[in-house]
Amino acid sequence: MPHRSEFWNFLLGNLSLSVLPLHNTLEDRILQVTFVIVAFSGAVILGWVTVKRQWGYLWREWFTTVDHKKLGIMYMILATVMLLRGFADAIMMRSQQAIAFGSNMGYLPPEHYDQIFTAHGAIMIFFVAMAYIVGLMNYVMPLQIGARDVAFPFLNNLSFWLTVAGVMLFMVSLFVGSFSRAGWLGYPPVSEYQTGPGVDYYIWGLQLSGLGTLLTGINFVVTILKMRAPGMKLMKMPMFTWTSLCTSGLIVVTFPILTAALFLLSMDRYVGTHFFTNDLGGNVMMYINLIWIWGHPEVYILILPLFGVFSEIVATFSGKRLFGYSSMVYATASIMILSYLVWLHHFFTMGSGPDVNSFFALTTMMISIPTGVKIFNWLFTMYRGRVRFDVPMLWTMGFLFTFTIGGMTGVMLSVAPADFLLHNSLFLVAHFHNVIIGGVVFGAFAGINYWFPKAFGFRLDAFWGKVSFWCWQIGFWVAFGPLYILGLMGVTRRLSHFEDPSLQKWFIIAAFGAFLILLGIGAFLMQIYVSVRHRERYAVGHDPWGGRTLEWSTSSPPPAYNFAFTPVVRERDAWADMKEHGYKRPLEDFRPIHMPKNTGTGVYIGMLGFGFGFAMTWFIWWLAIACFVGMIAVAIGHTFHYHREETIPAEDINKFEHTGNWKPGVEGAAA
Amino acid sequence: MNTTAVDINAPGQPVFYTREEVHHNGTLLGFWIYLMSDLFIFASLFACNAVLGTNYAGGPTGSEVFDLPGLAVNTALLLVSSVTFGFAMLEMARKRKRAMLIWLGISGLLAAAFVGLEIHEFATMIAEGAGPQRSAFLSSFFTLVGTHGLHVTVGILWLTVLMVQIGRVGLTEANIRRLRCLSMFWHFLDLVWVGVFSYVYLVGVLR
Repeated sequence: MPHRSEFWNFLLGNLSLSVLPLHNTLEDRILQVTFVIVAFSGAVILGWVTVKRQWGYLWREWFTTVDHKKLGIMYMILATVMLLRGFADAIMMRSQQAIAFGSNMGYLPPEHYDQIFTAHGAIMIFFVAMAYIVGLMNYVMPLQIGARDVAFPFLNNLSFWLTVAGVMLFMVSLFVGSFSRAGWLGYPPVSEYQTGPGVDYYIWGLQLSGLGTLLTGINFVVTILKMRAPGMKLMKMPMFTWTSLCTSGLIVVTFPILTAALFLLSMDRYVGTHFFTNDLGGNVMMYINLIWIWGHPEVYILILPLFGVFSEIVATFSGKRLFGYSSMVYATASIMILSYLVWLHHFFTMGSGPDVNSFFALTTMMISIPTGVKIFNWLFTMYRGRVRFDVPMLWTMGFLFTFTIGGMTGVMLSVAPADFLLHNSLFLVAHFHNVIIGGVVFGAFAGINYWFPKAFGFRLDAFWGKVSFWCWQIGFWVAFGPLYILGLMGVTRRLSHFEDPSLQKWFIIAAFGAFLILLGIGAFLMQIYVSVRHRERYAVGHDPWGGRTLEWSTSSPPPAYNFAFTPVVRERDAWADMKEHGYKRPLEDFRPIHMPKNTGTGVYIGMLGFGFGFAMTWFIWWLAIACFVGMIAVAIGHTFHYHREETIPAEDINKFEHTGNWKPGVEGAAA
Repeated sequence: MNTTAVDINAPGQPVFYTREEVHHNGTLLGFWIYLMSDLFIFASLFACNAVLGTNYAGGPTGSEVFDLPGLAVNTALLLVSSVTFGFAMLEMARKRKRAMLIWLGISGLLAAAFVGLEIHEFATMIAEGAGPQRSAFLSSFFTLVGTHGLHVTVGILWLTVLMVQIGRVGLTEANIRRLRCLSMFWHFLDLVWVGVFSYVYLVGVLR
C-alpha cells in the first residue's frame, strides 16, 4: 500500500481502497456478485419509492412513527430481510461442508468460512429471532391489554432505529473490510487478538442494537404494569402478555451484562486493558461467564413470547379456554427465574469441579419441569376441543413435536459427564437449532399467520402456508438429524474441511435438508406475495379466527388509537367474555383522543449511532466524536419539546367507528 | 395499580368499556427499572474487580496506589451533594424555584469537584506507571471507578440542561417529573459509590 500522508490517515482512519473486495480471489468474487445483487435490488426498491413519490409518505407515516403497530410491522419486515441474509450464510456453510472432503478444499477459504458462521449465528439471534419477538410483542401486547400505545412511544421508535443501526453495521461489514471470525459470542482470546475491523463491527453492532433492546424491555415492563385496561388483574392477563412481561423482565436484567461484557472486550481492544488477555492477570473465563450470564437467559427471552403465541393459538383453534392458566403463569415465571441460574452449563468443561457442575446440571434439568407443564397444558387444551387445523395450528403442532425432542436432547447435554463428550460437537449445534427453529422460528411463523389478518384485514393464503410449513418441518429434520448423528460420532463444530470421507454422506443429506428449508422460506415469501396480490379475495372481518383476547375486539387493521373507549375487563379471555354476554359496540358519544406525535429524533439518533459505530470500527476518531456529540445533542434537543401530543377529533373517531372493518368474519376463516 | 371509577360488578347490564380517559404515567417506574438495569452493569464490573482485583501481575497493589485521605474528601463531596440535592427537592415541594435552583447548582458544583478530584487521582496514578494497562487489577479499578465517574458526569450534564429548562418554563408537571428522575439517579450513584469506596478501596487496601 502506498504511503499516505498524516492528513489522510486522520481523515480516513484505517479505511483505504484495499479493504474493499476488489481483489481477484474467489472470496472477493463471491462478495462482488453479492454486492451486485444487493445493489441491484436496493436500487430497484429505492427507484420504485422515488418514482412513486413515496418518500414523504414513508417518512411521515412509517420512519417517524411512534405507533406500536407500525413499529411492530417494521420489526417483522426487518427480521424477514435478515432471515434471508442469515439463511444465505447457512446455505453457504452447508454446501461447503457437503463438498470439502479430502483433497477438495471446497469453495470457501477458512477466513471466509469463519466470518460466515459468526455472521450467521449473530444475525439469526440478534436480528431475526429478537426482531421477530420484539415485533410480535410490539404489535400484539398493547392491543391485548386494551392500551392505546406503549408507555414510552418515542423510546419504542428509538429502539427500532438503534436496532437498524446495528443491522447496518453488520451489513456494511460484508463489503467494507470483513466481519468477525470469532464465533457469534466473540470468545477471547480470539476476539482479543484478531486484527482487522471484524470484531469491532461485531461489538458496535451489538452495543447499538442491545441498547435498543434494553429500552424495549423497560418500555414493555412499564406498559404491562401500568397500562392494562381497568379490571385486568395480573392473573387475568392473556398468556401472551404474561410471557411478554417475563421476557421483558429478563431483558432488563440481562442485556446490561451483555453491554458490560462487550464494553470490557472493547476496552481490551482499544485501550489495552487486561480483562480477558492471557498475560498481566487477565482471565478469559471472566468473559465466558459474563457473556453466558446474558446468553442463557437470552434463549429464554427468545422462546417465552413464542410460548405465549402457542398458548393463544391453541386456545383459539381448540375453541376452548387455555387449560391450566395459573400453572402456565407459574411455569413461565419459574422458567424466567431458573434461566438465570444455568449459565455455567455452557462450559462444564471449564473445570469448575463436580460440586459447581452438579449445581448447574440440576438447575438445567429443573427447567424441563415447567416446560413439560406447558407442553401438557397445550395438549390438554386440545383434548376434547374442536381443533381446527389452520396454518397457525399446523405450526403449533410442528412445534410440539419438534421442540419436545429438542428439549430432551437438551436434558442429555445437561448431564455434565455426557457434556464432556458432546461439548462443542455437532450434537450441540443440532440441539440448539432444534429448539430455536422448532420453537422460535415455528412460533414466529405461527404468530405471523395468526395475527396477519389483524394487522392488514386479510388473511394469508393457506396453500402456500402449508407448503412452507411442510418444507420447514421436513427440511429441519433432514438438515439436523444428520448433525445429531455426526455429533454423537464426535465431529466438532465450525470446521470448513474434513479428512474422513465416510462422514460425507451425512453432510450431503444435511445440505439437502437446508435446501428444503430454503423452499420453505420461498413458499413463505410466495404466501405473502399471493395474499397481498389478491387481498380482496382473502379479506376477512375483524375476528376471523373466533379469537378470545382483546386484540380481536377492535377493527382489522385497528385504528391509530386502538380502542375508541378503553375496554373494561371482567374475565380472562376478555373478548370471549364480551361475545358471550352480548357486548354491543358503542357507536356514538365519542370523545377526542390524545395521541403522541411522530418524531424524527429516533431516526437521527439511530443514524448518528451507525456513524459512531462505523467510525469507531475504522479508528476515524474525529467522526466518532462528532457522531457521539451529535447523538447527545439531538437527545437533549428532543427534551426541549414539551408538547408532543396531538388530538384526534371526535368526528374522525366517529367516522372510523362506522366505516372500519367490523365484519365478524368468523365463517371465512375455515375457507 | 389501575384505578377507575367504573364499578365492574355493578348490578344490571355488564360493563364492557368506559368513556372516561384512563391516564397513567409510567415514567418514574420506568426510570426506576432503568436504574436497576444499570445496576447490573455495575454488578458485572464489581464481579470483575472481585475476580481480578488481586491480579497485580508484579505491579503495584491497592495499598500502594490508593490515597485514602483524598478518597475521604472525594466521598464527602459526593455524599454532601446528595444532601444538597435533597434540599433542592424540598424547595421544589414548596414551589420555591429560585432556592431550588441554587441548591441544584451547589449539588452540581460538588459533583464537578468530585469528578475533578477523580481525574486528578487517575492522572497521578497513570504518571506513576499505575495505569489501566499495567495489570488486570488496575484495568478493573480504572474501568469501575471510571464508569461511575462517567455516570456522575452525565448527571452533571443532565442537571445543567434541566436547570436551563426549569429557568425557561418553570416547575411544570413535566419538569417536576424529570427532577424526580434525576434525584433518583443522583442518589443511585451515591449508593454505587458507597459500594466502590468500601469494596474497591477499603477492601482493596487490605487484600
